[in-house]
This record gives sequence, structure tokens and C-alpha cells, in this order.
Amino acid sequence: MTAFEAAGLTRSYQLEGVTVDALRGVDLTIGDGEFAAIIGPSGSGKSTLMHLLGCLDRPTSGVLKVGGVDVSTLDDTQLAELRNRMIGFVFQSFHLLARTSALDNVALPLVYRGVAKAERRAKAREALTAVGLAHRLDHRPSQMSGGEQQRVAIARALVGDPQVVLADEPTGNLDTRNGDEVMGLLERLNADQGVAIVLVTHEPEVAVRARRQIHVRDGLIERDVA
Amino acid sequence: MALEALRVNRLRSALTMLGVIIGVSAVVILVAIGTGAKDAIEDEISGLGSNIILVVPGQLNFQAAPTQSRLDLADVAYVRRVVGDPGQVTVSVQSGESMRVGRNEAFVTIVGTDENIPNVFDRPLKRGRYLTESDIDTRRRVAVLGSEVSGQLFGDLDPVGRQATIAGVRFRVVGVYDKVGATFGVARDREVHIPVTTAQRLLGVQRVNGIAIGASGPDVIDSLGKKVVDALVARYPGEKFSAVTQTQLLGTIGTVLGMLTGVLAAIAGISLLVGGVGVSNIMLVSVRERTKEIGLRKALGARQRDVLGQFLIEAVLLTTIGGLIGIALGVGGSLLIEALSPVPASITLWSILLAFGVSVVVGVFFGVAPARRAGRLDPVVALRSE
Repeated sequence: MTAFEAAGLTRSYQLEGVTVDALRGVDLTIGDGEFAAIIGPSGSGKSTLMHLLGCLDRPTSGVLKVGGVDVSTLDDTQLAELRNRMIGFVFQSFHLLARTSALDNVALPLVYRGVAKAERRAKAREALTAVGLAHRLDHRPSQMSGGEQQRVAIARALVGDPQVVLADEPTGNLDTRNGDEVMGLLERLNADQGVAIVLVTHEPEVAVRARRQIHVRDGLIERDVA
Repeated sequence: MALEALRVNRLRSALTMLGVIIGVSAVVILVAIGTGAKDAIEDEISGLGSNIILVVPGQLNFQAAPTQSRLDLADVAYVRRVVGDPGQVTVSVQSGESMRVGRNEAFVTIVGTDENIPNVFDRPLKRGRYLTESDIDTRRRVAVLGSEVSGQLFGDLDPVGRQATIAGVRFRVVGVYDKVGATFGVARDREVHIPVTTAQRLLGVQRVNGIAIGASGPDVIDSLGKKVVDALVARYPGEKFSAVTQTQLLGTIGTVLGMLTGVLAAIAGISLLVGGVGVSNIMLVSVRERTKEIGLRKALGARQRDVLGQFLIEAVLLTTIGGLIGIALGVGGSLLIEALSPVPASITLWSILLAFGVSVVVGVFFGVAPARRAGRLDPVVALRSE
């Protein structure tokens, strides 16, 4: 079983009448339980690749299979359901709902899965405990440090038992110590729970902590080092 | 979830609701005032007594000045024969005169009439007796007083059997009517009834102002009125006579006041619509402000309809809460107006339901555009927005 399987993936945008090719034919397979980093300078196409892998966007051409399903066969609603079940997101700027408690922030993905409130909260509590925030359930994001907020976001990514966690510059807004802690958490999740982790970063020192580095440049995979 | 979003922006939510609140309460209050006015006037008309036909010379409309009467007592006798039941026909000759008792003086409406008053009108006596046939035949100088006249001239004394002077002529009081109130500004408690024959001599006229007929039932009113008018036209070819019935008055006035109420409601409805535009505006701002949140929700698996539903529910919640507050204010305001001012206000269920229904519909209608915009946002673009 593979998490992602991409063949000849391209994505181009129209920017003020000019066609920009962000991805120019990417072949990539990421297996279950892998820990891979997509690394490249800004403008390399790594964010576009992550959006495609995360089913937030659709390729211009090429085939992308997520968990064995060809995404081109899915409509927007099915794609939303696929995101909900298969993928957990961690963003650079956390993207937590500001006036909502940690518990309800973490429970949010389950809302869209139609899980009952009591069960949602029980699972969210479990996930927060797993990231070491059992004492912060009722705190709002503004009452927590950046590192804690990112751990809440990781709990949110995990609460729905996804196959893959996509982490977009998860340490970008954190100081070294907190960044280190977040990376440690991701490593542990990968090792203990077997969740595949795809890390997008431009920092080589973060990327080396993954077991595989996929270097992207000018819309193509330049190097794939396992 | 939607409630939470509204709570977070309390001030903005309150201001947005204000438009709806004002609109809904305006609808409720204005309709209550319109309905109250209509009820009050219909009550007055009904107070005249039921099944009454007023026969007057000339054409009755609201623009023309009243026609000079050409009817006299011979015509009254003729109408009695046409109606077939003389006891159900009564007559009036009216004039404003001053009336004195000792040093007390009152300006009253002298009504020359006959013994059939109680048959035709709902005019109960408090004391004494009505005018009698022999009073009319012998031109007795006797009077039956309206309750206000009695109070003004005699105070707490029983006036029956006492003397009073009308236009310099002495009369004996034989009865006092119960209080009946005013009808169309006609203070019936300020009337003094004297025999029509006496009145004609006192005022120096041969004419009568009008003839009133009491119909035996509501179903014969129209036909009887037409019969009398036709008979009078036959007697005086080329002249016009009118029969006015209570139903006609009620119908005409009811239509006018119903239109008035409708216009008031429509004006209030416009403010409700403006309130709806406010809701739409705020929802658009809210969608823009929360673009990132929408992107995040989509990334976490929210479908287009989830996001659309969320914003639509917020909009409907705004207008629904606003509508409920508006109803409370409208009902309270109507009760206050009723209690503290002479304006009658009668709260109607339909206006409350309508105003509430419209506010909910306004929420859906004006919420849909912003909510659709939210639902269709591209998650990638939304997540990137700052």
C-alpha cells in the first residue's frame, strides 16, 4: 500500500495572462509509514506539490493516487471527504481557530466526519494527551506558546487517524528549542503509530531529520535521497 | 458553532440585528395602530345600532356638501306607508341651541324626533320615559336629555319633572338617556330629544333632516333601502335620495383603513428589507475576514455545503434573533402606545408571524450570496490569504 503515487504530475497557473509552470512532470511514490521531507528553495514548486498531495488542488495533467484512489475521479465533495479521512495537515502558522479551545480546535475534523460531540471530545482529549497537552484542553490559542499551539495543530492532524500527515514548514514560526520539540514529536508519531509524514521545508537541518529527502527545483524532482 | 461566531463579534452582530429589529418592531407597531384604528371606528359604527337605514336627500358622497333637505312630515308618512311598519320609521330635525336651567347653561343638539326612537336605535333610558305619540300630536314642550346634558344642567339631581329653557322656550324634562358615547365625533350624550312637531315650530321650519328606518333583519336592509329610495324618487322625479346602511359604512371605512394598514406595513417592510441588506453586507465582510478560517475548514474536510451551511445559519440566526427581539419590542411598544396615548393599538398575530417570517426569509435571501462565496473559496487561495 502506498500513501501517494504520482506520475507525470504538472500544475500550471495563469498569472495575468502568462502561464507559469509550477510543476513540470513529477513522478513520486511515498509509501505507508515513510518519513519524507520535500526540500527546495522558495518558488521551487514544493508548496504546489504539497497542495496537490494534500488534495487541496488538482493537477493540470498527470495521475495522482492518494491511498490508491485516483483523485481525478473524485468530485469536490469526495475530495473533501478524502482529505478528512486520509490526510492530516500541519501548517507553518498553526491555523487554529482563535477563540476556540484547544479541545474544540482538535475536534474540528471530526465535525465534518459527522462524529457525535461526546465522542469528538473524547478523541480530541486523547490526541491532546498524546502530544503532551492534557493540561491545556480548555486553553485558547492566545493563551499558549507557539510550540504548544503547533502541538495542538499536530493533535488536530492526528485526531482523525490519517494515513499521512502533511506538515508545511511546521517549525518555520518556532524558535529552535520549540522547533526541535515539534520535530521530535513528529518523529515519535512516525515511529510509534506508523503514520507517514511528509514534511515540506526549506531548512536543510530540519530536512535531515527525515529518513528521505526529496529535493525539488524548478518544478521537477532534482534528487531523491533515502 | 454559528452562535459562537456571533458571540465573538457581539457589537457587530448587535448592529447588524438592529436593522432587522427596527424593521420587525415597526411592522408590528404600525400594523397594531392601523388595526386598532379600524377596530375603534368599526366599534363606533356598530354602536349606532344594527340594521339601521338612514335615508337622506341628495347623493351621499364625501366630496359634495350636504344637500338642502326637501323632505317634510308628509314625506315621512309616505315612507311609513312604503315601509309598511310605521313603528320602525323615525325622523330627525336638528339644530344647535343653548339650554338653560336656572344659572346653568349648556350648548346642546336639539333633535326633533318621535316615539319610535327606541324601536330603531339602541338608546336605553336611565330615568323617565321616551317621547310618546301624544307628545308629537299635541306638540308638547317635553324633552328627553342625553346623559351629559343632564349632568351639566342638573348635576346629581333627578331632572325628570323639572323645567328647562331651550331657545327661550320652557320645556319639561320627561326622561334621561343612558350614556352611549360619541359616534364619528357626534356627541350623542349632548343631544336633547323633543317632539318633531315642537321642534319644527321652535326652529321655524317645515323640513326634516333625515329619516331612519329599522330593518327587521340584516338580509332585508339593502332591498328595503332601495325600495324607500325608489319610492321617494317616484314621488319627486329628477331628485336624488340616498339610503346609508351600517354595512356600507363599515365596508367603505374598512376598505380605506385596511389599505392604510397595508401601506403602513409596506413602509415598515421596506425597513426590514434594508435591514436584510445590512445582514448581507456584514456577512460579506465576515466571509472576507474569515477567509483563512474557511480555507482551514476545507483542508480539514469541510465540504462546500458545510461552509455554505455555516454562513447561512449565521445569517439566519442574526435575522431570527433580531426578529424575536423586534417582536418583543413591537409588542411592548404597541402595549405602551395603547396604555399611554389615545391612539388605539391592537396587536395582530398575522403581523407578528409575517414580520418574523419575512426576517427569516431575509436572512436566507441575503445570506445566500455571502455563504455561496464562502463555500466556493479555493482552499489553497484561502489558506494563503492574510
